[in-house]
Amino acid sequence: MRDFLVGHYFYWFIFLLMTIGLAGIVLKRNLIKKVIGMSILQVAIILFFVASASKWEATVPILDPALGAAETARYINPLPHCLMLTAIVVGVATSGVAFALIISIWRRFRTLDENELLEKLKHDPD
Amino acid sequence: MIPTNSPALAPLLFLLGGLLVPLAALKFRRSPFPLAAAFTAAAAAVSVHNVFRVLEVGTLRYRFGGWLPPIGIEYVLDPLSAFITAVINVIALLVLIHARLTVASEIPERKHGPYYALIMLMMTGFNGIVLTGDFFNLYVFLEIASLSLYGLIAVGDRKSPVAAFRYLVIGMVGGCFYLLGVGFLYINSGSLNMADLKAILPLLGAGPEIIVALCFMVLGFGVKMALFPLHGWLPDAYTYAPTATSALMAPIGTKIGAYGLLRVLFFVFGLNFVTRTVPLAQAISWLAAAGILYGSIMAMAQDELKRLLAFSSIAQVGYIGLGIGLANPLGLLAAVLHVLNHGLMKACLFLAAGNFRLKLGHSRIPALDAGVRRRMPWTSAAFTLAALSMIGLPPTVGFFSKWYLALATIRNRSWVFLAVILASSLLNAVYFFRVIERLYLKPAGREDETRSAPVAPSSVRGEVAASMLLPTLVLAASLIVIGLLNVLIIKGLLVRILPPGMEAALP
Repeated sequence: MRDFLVGHYFYWFIFLLMTIGLAGIVLKRNLIKKVIGMSILQVAIILFFVASASKWEATVPILDPALGAAETARYINPLPHCLMLTAIVVGVATSGVAFALIISIWRRFRTLDENELLEKLKHDPD
Repeated sequence: MIPTNSPALAPLLFLLGGLLVPLAALKFRRSPFPLAAAFTAAAAAVSVHNVFRVLEVGTLRYRFGGWLPPIGIEYVLDPLSAFITAVINVIALLVLIHARLTVASEIPERKHGPYYALIMLMMTGFNGIVLTGDFFNLYVFLEIASLSLYGLIAVGDRKSPVAAFRYLVIGMVGGCFYLLGVGFLYINSGSLNMADLKAILPLLGAGPEIIVALCFMVLGFGVKMALFPLHGWLPDAYTYAPTATSALMAPIGTKIGAYGLLRVLFFVFGLNFVTRTVPLAQAISWLAAAGILYGSIMAMAQDELKRLLAFSSIAQVGYIGLGIGLANPLGLLAAVLHVLNHGLMKACLFLAAGNFRLKLGHSRIPALDAGVRRRMPWTSAAFTLAALSMIGLPPTVGFFSKWYLALATIRNRSWVFLAVILASSLLNAVYFFRVIERLYLKPAGREDETRSAPVAPSSVRGEVAASMLLPTLVLAASLIVIGLLNVLIIKGLLVRILPPGMEAALP
């Protein structure tokens, strides 16, 4: 049990981070804070992938003449990093679209507070 | 050269369209619509051609850059993905032809280039999701489609940015869950290729990490599909989006989530895993049944036509989920057939609602009366036919989806689900007859109601322009034609989509 808890310590941090992100999305009333929560959630998942690639006593995945290409156990797995480059781009694009929507919400309703917004929407004619 | 590359052709055509449309719009103000329509027509032609090719020669694979899977990314054109791409691209073409006038009246002209470009990008995403054979590639296409969709929603009514933001938050969390599921799968198997994973997964057994991976992926697709407790984004997004956007995403968008679910559950994890190891299929069928009832009951309470159609979409997606969840061959056939049938019905209904909106300036149900029907007889007839099909009257397509679904529930001896299907048909009848009754029986209202309606461009009294009427009528006619031909479609095409080992169980 102790080994399981200590051996996976990095994953515990990642799940803590995910919980913080989700809590930000669900509990915070300000729309910008929701976007911050979204970014934290995305970063947690990016770290999850990157952490999964690491190995003990392994080096960066660039061909080392001293090691050669055959010893794959001595190199870190580069694939999750490549995947996460794309995921980072997706995350940036999502935040960008979210902020564009927030600007347009602010221009129309003059508020970013979720409760106030719902109140205004209720009284707003179609 | 074209034949060997055909699996990748449809998404690439849309991607090219997404780049060319905004560029051409800078120089030629009127070019966005014809360009977008041309690219969609080409993609629709390619994907219909692909269906026949697949039936002839079997599954086709395209390897990007010549890298062999599982290291490279491959596109797989099997009967299921060929069928779904053909359905979505043909419906998109019809909706796009209809969209020219509604876009012109709802969206300022300087935004036409970006708007059509976003439609192209969204279709790139949808086609990519269906065709790709790689789980991470699927995630990227999922996000491409979703991001374009947020933009397409947000150019609608005054309230549309709020609806789009809510969808963005929910959709992004769904995407993250899917990615997390892919991460668990990758860590445990070392592969992202679907065919490769299908071979590896039986060797890994059913550890908690595999089950967690499956659950997260199903959660992600459930959000995109608006499966019952995850449907919160849908009603507002459909209601406040521009007519063209809601007519595109209602028939196509949710089906992509259903396709993802189908692919992951039955083609990667396999029937045994999702029904015996983890009772996930059963859980999906209960959620879907709850969604069918919830959507139907909520639809009865709506006074706005688009909102009624949105809640009815939640119920109809429930039929697809129920077919998937029953996990027998008839259920899967019903689910895939309903992807086609519901796509046609919902597109027809949303186009009719768009016609009402353009001519009357609104689509509020209490304000509809026989005067509207006299002004727009063809639109009203198309709407009525599609509504009858939703209720499930033979020989329309809606009847056959429900028929196969009912047979599937009888086969599993799930009498509760059979009762749900019957009850929801009655509820469908209730809420659609509210509209039909007004169109045909309520005497025309006072003059001031009709006169106060704002006059849309190109509107003289009477029916909408041919470019809007024709797609509506083609869809309405297809409801009967495909209803009559459904045996051909099932016997000739859909039987071959079943995952291996399942065809034998067919009667």
